[in-house]
Amino acid sequence: MIQFILRRLLQVIPVFLGTTLLVYFMVFALPGDPIRALFGDRPPSEAVIAQLRQQYNLDEPFWVQYGLFLKNLFTFNLGVDFTGQPIADTLARVFPVTAMLAIEALIIQGVFGIAFGLVAGLRKGGIFDSTVLVLSLVVIAIPTFVLGFALQLLIGVQLGWAKPTVGSNVTWGSLILPAVVLGMVSFAYVLRLTRASVIENMNADYVRTATAKGLSRRQVVTTHVLRNSLIPVITYLGASLGGLMGGAIVTEAIFNVPGVGQKLYQAIIRTEGPTVVAIVSVLVLVFVLANLLVDLLYAWLDPRIRYEN
Amino acid sequence: MKTNHKAEHFVAPVEETPLLATDAVKTDDAPLSLWADAWRKLRRRPLFIISAVMIALIIVVAVFPGLFTQVAPDNGCVLSNSNGAPTEGHPLGFTFQGCDIYSRIIHGTQASLMVGVFSVICVLIIGVTFGALAGFFGGWVDTFFARLGDIFFALPIVLGALVITQLPFMRENRGVGTVVLVLVVLGWPQMARITRGAVIEVRNADFVTAARSLGVSRVGSLVSHVLPNALAPIIVLATMELGVFIVAESTLSYLGIGMPGSVMSWGNDISAAQASIRTNPAVLLYPATALSITVLSFIMLGDALRDALDPKSRQR
Repeated sequence: MIQFILRRLLQVIPVFLGTTLLVYFMVFALPGDPIRALFGDRPPSEAVIAQLRQQYNLDEPFWVQYGLFLKNLFTFNLGVDFTGQPIADTLARVFPVTAMLAIEALIIQGVFGIAFGLVAGLRKGGIFDSTVLVLSLVVIAIPTFVLGFALQLLIGVQLGWAKPTVGSNVTWGSLILPAVVLGMVSFAYVLRLTRASVIENMNADYVRTATAKGLSRRQVVTTHVLRNSLIPVITYLGASLGGLMGGAIVTEAIFNVPGVGQKLYQAIIRTEGPTVVAIVSVLVLVFVLANLLVDLLYAWLDPRIRYEN
Repeated sequence: MKTNHKAEHFVAPVEETPLLATDAVKTDDAPLSLWADAWRKLRRRPLFIISAVMIALIIVVAVFPGLFTQVAPDNGCVLSNSNGAPTEGHPLGFTFQGCDIYSRIIHGTQASLMVGVFSVICVLIIGVTFGALAGFFGGWVDTFFARLGDIFFALPIVLGALVITQLPFMRENRGVGTVVLVLVVLGWPQMARITRGAVIEVRNADFVTAARSLGVSRVGSLVSHVLPNALAPIIVLATMELGVFIVAESTLSYLGIGMPGSVMSWGNDISAAQASIRTNPAVLLYPATALSITVLSFIMLGDALRDALDPKSRQR
C-alpha cells in the first residue's frame, strides 16, 4: 500500500512538469504584448518597456523563462504579476473562495443526488423513478450558463430570494445559488449512479440473507444496500472535486464570484504567464491528489480491491 | 447391473413425444449476437423510438434548412423589429438586431450539429486508439497514457481554446474546424479512459486466449477480438458526448472563444442573447430550448443503448 502511494506520488512529478511546460508554452504562444497592453493608448518610452521586459524575464528565450520559473518555484517564490501584486497573495485570496464554492456544490450534489437516487432505485419503475430519470437527462442537456442565467433572473432578480451576484464579500450563504448551478449537472450523474447501484444491490444475495434473518426493511436499506451502493458514488464525488475546483469559470463569471475561475480567465486574457501557470500548477496538484485519494478510498470501501504489485 | 434390452417400454420413445419439437435446437440459424439482441430490445423502448425520431428530424433540418423556413436568417434583419413580438410568418419574434428567431434556429442547426459529429469522430479515433493501447498492453504504456490524459484534463479550456484559435493556420479561417480541434484536444482523455476500462475487462477472456493460442498476433487479437467486444460502452459514451460537445460549443461561444459571429450557430445566438435577457427572454429561451432538445435526444439515445447493451442491466 505504502509502495502504491509512493509510486503514485512520484508520478505527480512528470505530470506536473508536463502540464506547466505545456501551459507555459501556450501562454508564450499567445499573440499580443502584455507589457505594451499595460499602458493602453499612451505608449511609454522604449527604455521603460525594456526595463519592464527585463524585470519579468520577457526578453529571455522560452526555455530560459521556463527554467527561471521552475527555479523560483523550488525556492517557493512565485514572483509578482504585471500589476505588482505577489502571485502567492493572489492564490491565497482566490483559492479559499473557490474551495468554499466547490464544497457547497459537492454537499448539494452529494446529499440530494444520493437521496433522490436511493428513493428512485428502491421504487424502480414507479412514477417518481421515471420522472426523476427524465428530469436528470433534461438537467444534463441544459448548458450551465443558460441554467445560471435562468436561476439568476428567477431567484435572484424576480423573486429576490437570494443575492443575484456575490461580489467581493463572500459568505457561505451568498454562494448557495452559484453552488446549486455548479453542482446541478453532477447532481444528475450522482442520482443516476446511486439509482443504478441501489437496484443492483437490492438483487444481491446478501440483501436476501439480511431480509431472511428478519431485519426490517429500514435496516436492510440503511446498513446493507446504501453502504455498498455508495462505493461508486463516493469515487465519482471525489473525482468531481478536481473538476469543481477548476471548471467554475462560467459559474463564477455569471455570479461574479472572485474565485479561481475568474482570476484564471482574466490572467489568460491579459497573457499573464506566471499567474496562469501558478494557478494551473495548484489545480494539477489538487486534481492528481484527488484522484489518488479516490483510489485509496476505493480500496478502503471495498476490501476486495488491493493495490499490490 | 444387468439390463434387459428386450424389456417393454413403459415410457414412449423419444421419437414419439411432442418434447422433440420443443427441445429442438435450430443449429442452422445464426446465433443472436449482442447487437441483434440489443436491437430486438431497443425496438420496444419508447425512449429509443422518441429519440431516434427526434434525431432523424434534426438531421433533416440541418441538411435542408430551406424546407422549414423561407425567411432569410441574416439578411433582411430590420432594426425596427428589434426585440419584436411574434408576428405573422415570424412565430418566435425577433432578436435584438431585428432578425427572425425561428429562422436563425433552423439555420443554426447545421453548424451546431457539425461541431458535435466531427468532434465525436475525432475523439473516437484518438481516444479509442490510446485507450486500447493503454488497456491492452498495460505496464508503462498504460501509465504513460494515463498521465498524459491527466495533463490534458488539467488544461484550462479557455487557454486551450485561445491558443488553438490563434494558431497561424487557424487564425485565417476560424469556424467549425477550430471549435472541433479545441473540443478534441481537451475531450479525448474521457474516451481513452472508458476504452481502457472496457479493453481490460475483455483482454483476458477465454476467446482471446484461444485466438492467441491459434497463432493470432497480439495486435491482431486486439483489433479483431478484443476491440469488437469492448465496443458497447464506447458507443454509448460517443452518443452522449455528441450532446455534450454541442453544449460545449455554446459554452465556448459564451466565453467569447467559439465560432466567429458570422457563423450561425445556437451557441452564438445564445451568447448574443445575454445582453437582452431581461428585456426579451425569448431571445435566450428559444435557441436554448432547441439546443437542449437536441442534446436530450442524443443523451436519451445513449441511455437506451446502454440499457440494451449492458448484460448486467438486462437481467433486471
